[in-house]
Amino acid sequence: MKSSYKFITGAEAAVLGALEGGAEIMYGYPITPSTEILQGWIEKAQCNKQLKYLQTEDETTAGFAVIGSLLAGAKAFTATAGPGTILMQDPMSMAENMRLPFVAIVMQRGGPSTGTVNFSQQEVFLTAFGGNGDGLRVVYSPSTVEEVYLYCAKAFSTAWKYRFPTVVLGDGHLSKMTTGVKISKLIKPFASNPILPDSGEPVYLRNCFSSEDEFYNDRLKKNITDWDNAKSKISISEQYETYDAKELIIAHGSVAQNAKEAVDIFRASGRKVGLFRPVTLNPFDSERLKKIANTVKKIYIVESSLNQLSHIVKYEIYDAKAQMVEISKPAVGFSSNEICKLIMESD
Amino acid sequence: MVQTMPKSWNKETKPHMFCPGCGHGIVLKQLGFAIDKLNIASNTTLGIDIGCSLLAWNFLNINTVQTHHGRTTATMIGYKTAKPKRIAIAYMGDGGGYAIGLQSLLYAAFRNDPITVILVNNGNYGMTGGQEAPTTMPGDVTPTSPEGAPEFGSGFKGPELVASIAHEKAFIVRATVSKPLVLNSMIDKAIENQIKNNSFSFIEVLSICPTNWKMNAKQCFEKIDVMEKFFPTGILKGER
Repeated sequence: MKSSYKFITGAEAAVLGALEGGAEIMYGYPITPSTEILQGWIEKAQCNKQLKYLQTEDETTAGFAVIGSLLAGAKAFTATAGPGTILMQDPMSMAENMRLPFVAIVMQRGGPSTGTVNFSQQEVFLTAFGGNGDGLRVVYSPSTVEEVYLYCAKAFSTAWKYRFPTVVLGDGHLSKMTTGVKISKLIKPFASNPILPDSGEPVYLRNCFSSEDEFYNDRLKKNITDWDNAKSKISISEQYETYDAKELIIAHGSVAQNAKEAVDIFRASGRKVGLFRPVTLNPFDSERLKKIANTVKKIYIVESSLNQLSHIVKYEIYDAKAQMVEISKPAVGFSSNEICKLIMESD
Repeated sequence: MVQTMPKSWNKETKPHMFCPGCGHGIVLKQLGFAIDKLNIASNTTLGIDIGCSLLAWNFLNINTVQTHHGRTTATMIGYKTAKPKRIAIAYMGDGGGYAIGLQSLLYAAFRNDPITVILVNNGNYGMTGGQEAPTTMPGDVTPTSPEGAPEFGSGFKGPELVASIAHEKAFIVRATVSKPLVLNSMIDKAIENQIKNNSFSFIEVLSICPTNWKMNAKQCFEKIDVMEKFFPTGILKGER
């Protein structure tokens, strides 16, 4: 298939990406701003009878039904947001414990609680470190509608290859905006296999253990070791104009798109600003950031949440010598000019 | 010779982990015999819940997955959606099915999802120490109802509720461990309803909990007589 250009929304891109990644079944409960992904999938299923779906009674059932289908070897997924992301922690925790290739597309809305329906970057902690475990989940933060397509496709291969729950973390702006997108045929998706096989010796899967030692030695130790080994293979970041930068903006998701423009504005006036954009929020590409962080004098962490990205960055590069400035507007977006203004005000 | 152990039982995990005298052993035995009779061991997947039921995570010679909070129903719906030709059975207690996971159970019945749900009603939360369950009968004392379970909000009648919204092809029944042969035939029917009618089936089984009831065998079966009067057994929906 040749590449094609389509004028589509982020939600439509998510559906096309899921199809490209080999998705077969979607379960979901309507919640703004992710609803159009469920609608879009059901629309596709009208033409392609191989695709299955169920609009469930709540996000919890959507998540556990995803798990049931994964056990049968089908590439299943869900999409949710806000309070739905909270409910999704239950099945995601089970997937984390049992290493199930759970895929969720989360379009962030303002919180806490019902909050607003349009935009925020406040579900970073919840998607990356939520659940009642240690947060061994992969989180992709696409910056553009085209990246929503790319990472929704990639999420399935990551999940089935490494067997960690995988989230594509967008936001309401990315989900609802319409833009030109290059839809290209990607590499062949990683194959899925039944986790509970149809024949042979019975397989017993549990996520409950009787003692701490048994749980740690038989389950958690392996999960953590596998995670540590996979981290460098999974983590992705983008560096923009960082080669000679004296100052560095760190931003992710759609905010990073405007931060990139802010870099251009600064560069036009001769100020050597660069951008580091973590594409995976978990695992974080700390190796590359460390290298850059040691060559700049000042780091601005720009985000639409109260320092959630900043918490991750400060942990990952705790020994960086650069001065760090937190620029956060919880549940509110930034224009590129505003990013420049806030950076200049912090001088 | 009377067969005492179903072929579909995993003998490696016997004696089982349930408390001595627990009703789960009786229910799982009849489930095992039903699986033997229908010859479906290799074509069945079992989902089990949190609480006492999770002790059955490797009880049978069939694929089994353990989850929690009544979401076993949702998990089995997802499994059946992906593998429509296999038989999906969800096994849970009264807390999972009637309290925290009721929503999943009701909607499975409402949509006529083609799975079989077996719910063991022993009138309390066994694994956590016998606390009040939706099914605790009015007046019964538990650690969280020290003055006796209230008149209203106790004695939840699940099959009646489920039958009221279930599809006409659904099979809904209440059985009891005091009549194991009847229980066996009800489990047969419930699984056959999934196979033949591609429809939802639900069995509540009245059961005993000697540990938390603090009763011996005789007292347990006297108590289950009382339960059977409060929770009438029999088929509520489906072919008799």
